[in-house]
Amino acid sequence: MLRVQSLSSYYGNIQALRGISIHVGYGEIVTLLGANGAGKTTLLNSICGLITSRKGNIFFKDQDIINLSAEKIVRLGISQVSEGRQLFGELSVLDNLMLGSYLHRRNGKKQMQKKLENVFNIFPILKERQKQPAGTLSGGEQQMLAIGRALMAEPELLLLDEPSMGLAPKIVNEIFEIIKRLRDEQGTTILLVEQNVRVALKIADRGYVLETGRAVLEGTTEELLENKEVKRAYLGKGYKEIWE
Amino acid sequence: MSTKLEKYETMDREEIRQIQLERLQVTVNRAYRNVAFYRNLMDKHGIVPEDITSLDDLSRIPFTTREDLLKNQPYGMFAIPLREVVRLHSSSGTTREPIVVGYSRNDIEHWTELMTRVLYTAGVDRDDIVQIAFDYGLFTGALGFHYGAERIGATVIPCSRLNANKQIVVMRNYRSTVLVCTPTFALHIANVLKNEGISPAELSLKIGLFGSEPWSEVIRKEIEEGLHINALDNYGLSEIMGPGVSVECYEKNGLHIFEDHFIPEVIDPKTDESLPDGEKGELVLTTITKEAFPMIRYRTGDYTSLDHSTCPCGRTLVRMSRVSERTDDMIVVQGINVYPSQIEQILTEIEGAEPHYRLRVDRNGALDELEVWVEVSSHIFFDEVKKMSAIEEQIQKRIEETFGLSIKVRLVEPGSIKKWKENSV
Repeated sequence: MLRVQSLSSYYGNIQALRGISIHVGYGEIVTLLGANGAGKTTLLNSICGLITSRKGNIFFKDQDIINLSAEKIVRLGISQVSEGRQLFGELSVLDNLMLGSYLHRRNGKKQMQKKLENVFNIFPILKERQKQPAGTLSGGEQQMLAIGRALMAEPELLLLDEPSMGLAPKIVNEIFEIIKRLRDEQGTTILLVEQNVRVALKIADRGYVLETGRAVLEGTTEELLENKEVKRAYLGKGYKEIWE
Repeated sequence: MSTKLEKYETMDREEIRQIQLERLQVTVNRAYRNVAFYRNLMDKHGIVPEDITSLDDLSRIPFTTREDLLKNQPYGMFAIPLREVVRLHSSSGTTREPIVVGYSRNDIEHWTELMTRVLYTAGVDRDDIVQIAFDYGLFTGALGFHYGAERIGATVIPCSRLNANKQIVVMRNYRSTVLVCTPTFALHIANVLKNEGISPAELSLKIGLFGSEPWSEVIRKEIEEGLHINALDNYGLSEIMGPGVSVECYEKNGLHIFEDHFIPEVIDPKTDESLPDGEKGELVLTTITKEAFPMIRYRTGDYTSLDHSTCPCGRTLVRMSRVSERTDDMIVVQGINVYPSQIEQILTEIEGAEPHYRLRVDRNGALDELEVWVEVSSHIFFDEVKKMSAIEEQIQKRIEETFGLSIKVRLVEPGSIKKWKENSV
């Protein structure tokens, strides 16, 4: 579905991506792992057109989308839930959700209602709170709203940036359960950036480990879990005893 | 066949190339970071890992040769700490200059998976009884097949170090359906069957997977008729993985290379230029999933050609023609790699023998036979029978110690080999 080839991106003169190649197949959950500054978020932002890429290719369903406007990329079926959620705190939950389908606003009310029902189905709590300002929601609910808003654009590929950030472990598990269901039940393909390697590898099919803008490991979840470097750097010694 | 395995065998070329590019970049990044040899090599040629932006860019990195590996023995080419290496093997464990190779847990897993694909391609499944008559040990062949066959749920009989007669007893009593060994040994078994008057119909064999030395279509026909089986070729080398690099499908028109783990190139060994499909040259392999012992553009010394057209079997993996010869002077005798320089070294150490020699390999009989013709020093008279046979014995003994091969020695008059060489030019 998505093919990124030898992508290089810069922030000013600082090279953030050094020729990175990844792919995401239909219906896969793929995770990008790596320390801060490894280039994970840059890669997501480059895919959805928020950062200009200097070199390389990005194909989405065989169409070259490199350096298309973010708006066009959303229309093609890629939505991103960025780090820190970026909600409009003053606006109601409902309005936040409606903004998510802004690009599809000409589709008519019925269509909109159907999408909304779908999101409420996935996140019943949002239905309960639809009139509340988004800023009054708990962290977990805000994350659900951010994902819900992205789903309003009916993406085929959902890019998630640190969905676990700032959330209690119990809520993290809940959110990841939902992410997995999005794929299993709605068929949404997911590219996931996550610092919490344990939960990410629990739901992902495959992953890439990034380091200073390069991919230094790739493989199935099982392969990554078996790799001693991943264990040392991201899981900690003896993680099994503690976590499983 | 599981869908996971099928997926990699029939991907469209675009998909294969994407996966190869990703894995190649990871391999180069890691080799540059973790293997001093590769870092120095690339630095020397002014290449940084991000220069590899396409599969074609691979050719910017210089070759890795057998000599490079010898210089970095034993662990210089390893890309992970030794305590993360779970297995060691070596190339031709009995020769003098073995190359030690290591495997991480993931490497063993990948190798096992590759071997299941080799076996599935040959039509082996869980109902089969697989008799592995390779030598278990430093040599990769036996354990590679062993793990793969167990993984698919077949019944494995580890059968090393039994002579042909005993192999036949096992085969007959335990009703083996698949034979894994060198083609030479398979042919030997076929001949013993014939001599003993045992009909292959008394056996349950269906499939033979033979490799680790070059073998011709003539030999294939003899084995197939002698054992009543379908005999398939498979290819690999320990520097790259062991067996599991490529295997023949039932079309028998080339060996499918597992391109999701290896990138093949064929080059002209003289000019180092890359050769197009169909042209014979030296096979150069790059591993793209190996963790412990990554090889970038390793010169295998094996002659082959590539064919990217889709095989009637449906696999989209590139095919290599069967390896028939080598680019160097290495000869393979009973599955053991022999370099003439090693023989020469032995001869120089034996008093009375001159390092003028001629090697003759007889492949007509059942087992390959190596005969060494050696010139005796001029001060030894040809009528000193005792002395002569002592020298013969000494050479035999030394070669057997080194290679594990019993050979024939023939002493010849001083100067006669030089004369023979001149005549044959």
